[in-house]
Amino acid sequence: MERPVSKLQRLLEEGKFVFTVELQPPKNASKEEVRKKLSAIKDFADAVNLTDCSTASVSMSSLAASLITLEEGFEPVWQMTCRDRNRIALQAEILGAYALGVRNLLCMTGDHPLVGDHPQAKPVYDLDSVQLLSLVKGLEEGKFFNGKPLKGERPCFFLGAVENPFATPLHFRVLRLKKKALAGARFIQTQGIFNLKKFERFLRLAEEEGILEKVFLIAGIIPPRSFKMLKYMKERVPGMDIPDEWIKRMASARDQREEGIKIAVEIGKALKEMKGVRGLHIMLIGWEEALPEIVKALR
Amino acid sequence: MIVTRPKPLEEVLSFLKGFRKILVLGCRGCVAIYHVGGDKEAKALAQKLSQKGFEASSKSVLRQCDPRYLKDLKEELSQFDAVLSLACGVGVVTFAEMFSEIPVYPGVDTLFCGAQVERGVFQEKCRACGNCLLHLTAGLCPVALCPKGLLNGPCGGSSEGRCEVNPNKPCVWEEIIKRLEKQGRLEELLELFPPRDYSLAEGNSPREYVHGKASK
Repeated sequence: MERPVSKLQRLLEEGKFVFTVELQPPKNASKEEVRKKLSAIKDFADAVNLTDCSTASVSMSSLAASLITLEEGFEPVWQMTCRDRNRIALQAEILGAYALGVRNLLCMTGDHPLVGDHPQAKPVYDLDSVQLLSLVKGLEEGKFFNGKPLKGERPCFFLGAVENPFATPLHFRVLRLKKKALAGARFIQTQGIFNLKKFERFLRLAEEEGILEKVFLIAGIIPPRSFKMLKYMKERVPGMDIPDEWIKRMASARDQREEGIKIAVEIGKALKEMKGVRGLHIMLIGWEEALPEIVKALR
Repeated sequence: MIVTRPKPLEEVLSFLKGFRKILVLGCRGCVAIYHVGGDKEAKALAQKLSQKGFEASSKSVLRQCDPRYLKDLKEELSQFDAVLSLACGVGVVTFAEMFSEIPVYPGVDTLFCGAQVERGVFQEKCRACGNCLLHLTAGLCPVALCPKGLLNGPCGGSSEGRCEVNPNKPCVWEEIIKRLEKQGRLEELLELFPPRDYSLAEGNSPREYVHGKASK
């Protein structure tokens, strides 16, 4: 087997259960703010995902934030979407990111500008996430997306993709995951999981398709900070599947934050038990303080 | 069909400020079929302009997108200060290219290539992208109907058959999957769809096609 290109890859290949944490770069030019956020999660994650203008709203570039992460001696998972760049810009940035030391790359299609803070923007989507994966794989094999040879040093990433096991049509999600694996994804981070039964069904289907031998699956957790937030996600965030039992528990909790952490830990423990789950991806959505307790309980 | 929408009267009036003699030029093509810019509409708009103090008259041609039907207007145009065209953008531009001496203004906004799915309801169906892939997608077009134009869809936001970006619209990829499944063709979707070739679409503008010749 080839040598792993990143710590995340090495840990997964060694069979370690990994923790990745999502960090949204600040909506300003402050390096200090990135550093602060990083120092809050550093000891509790094996790698940190830097989002690429999530919900199609402007924040500091995910590549810039990935470089700050590297400077801080920490491992970034650079998230890249197809929303804002055509195939020329995508390739240019990928080559540059590798030259600067980024090794984990997560390929996504990206939220549509219409749901973001600049709805008038031109949506690019020259490629989709599957095509982006094959573009990166091509560069690694020494060819540009146009088929022409890439001469000299090639990039080499630990390549990832995302999947939402709860988006419809459910049975096709597994095939789409397979498609992403075929296109070059080596690890998969999922949407936040609340419906454990449904997720387990998804896992078994993925296993039957032989996908879990091809990719490392890192299951997503979103610690609910409040009843209001959980309800909002259930009602308003497309593709979220939140069973009523969690909503009820949050509604009747004396201390909602404490209950939110409890729920996240319970979900995390259940996911850790499932065959095929190789790590947890924690999306804090600004609630960095919750991380230490959750990870300590799950490690 | 090219789908158009009349511009608000105030907007049209703001273009025409300072002119006196106006020709409202209708078209008997797409805009006439859906009552946006045919003979009747051109006449009605000319009447409104007259009430606002203009000297306005109306006329329609068979198709403003064909120079053959425009060329006979030449003499008549000398009687007017400006033309308000009710054709789609193609008609307005074709007119402007032929008659550079008289100002021409658009009376409609050109929206998309679409179908009238029920009376008065128009939906975009084709993006005129120049590399048709409907043979792969059960006849439905993800380029036109998916907000992200995904070729390897659906994205992670489709929910119960609804689109993440426009929840009141169906997710076209879910429809494609349903149809291919019914036709026993779902396996075809495991193929990676190659990217679109924008040199056949807006990446190469203006596009030109010479009938009978391979061309971009």
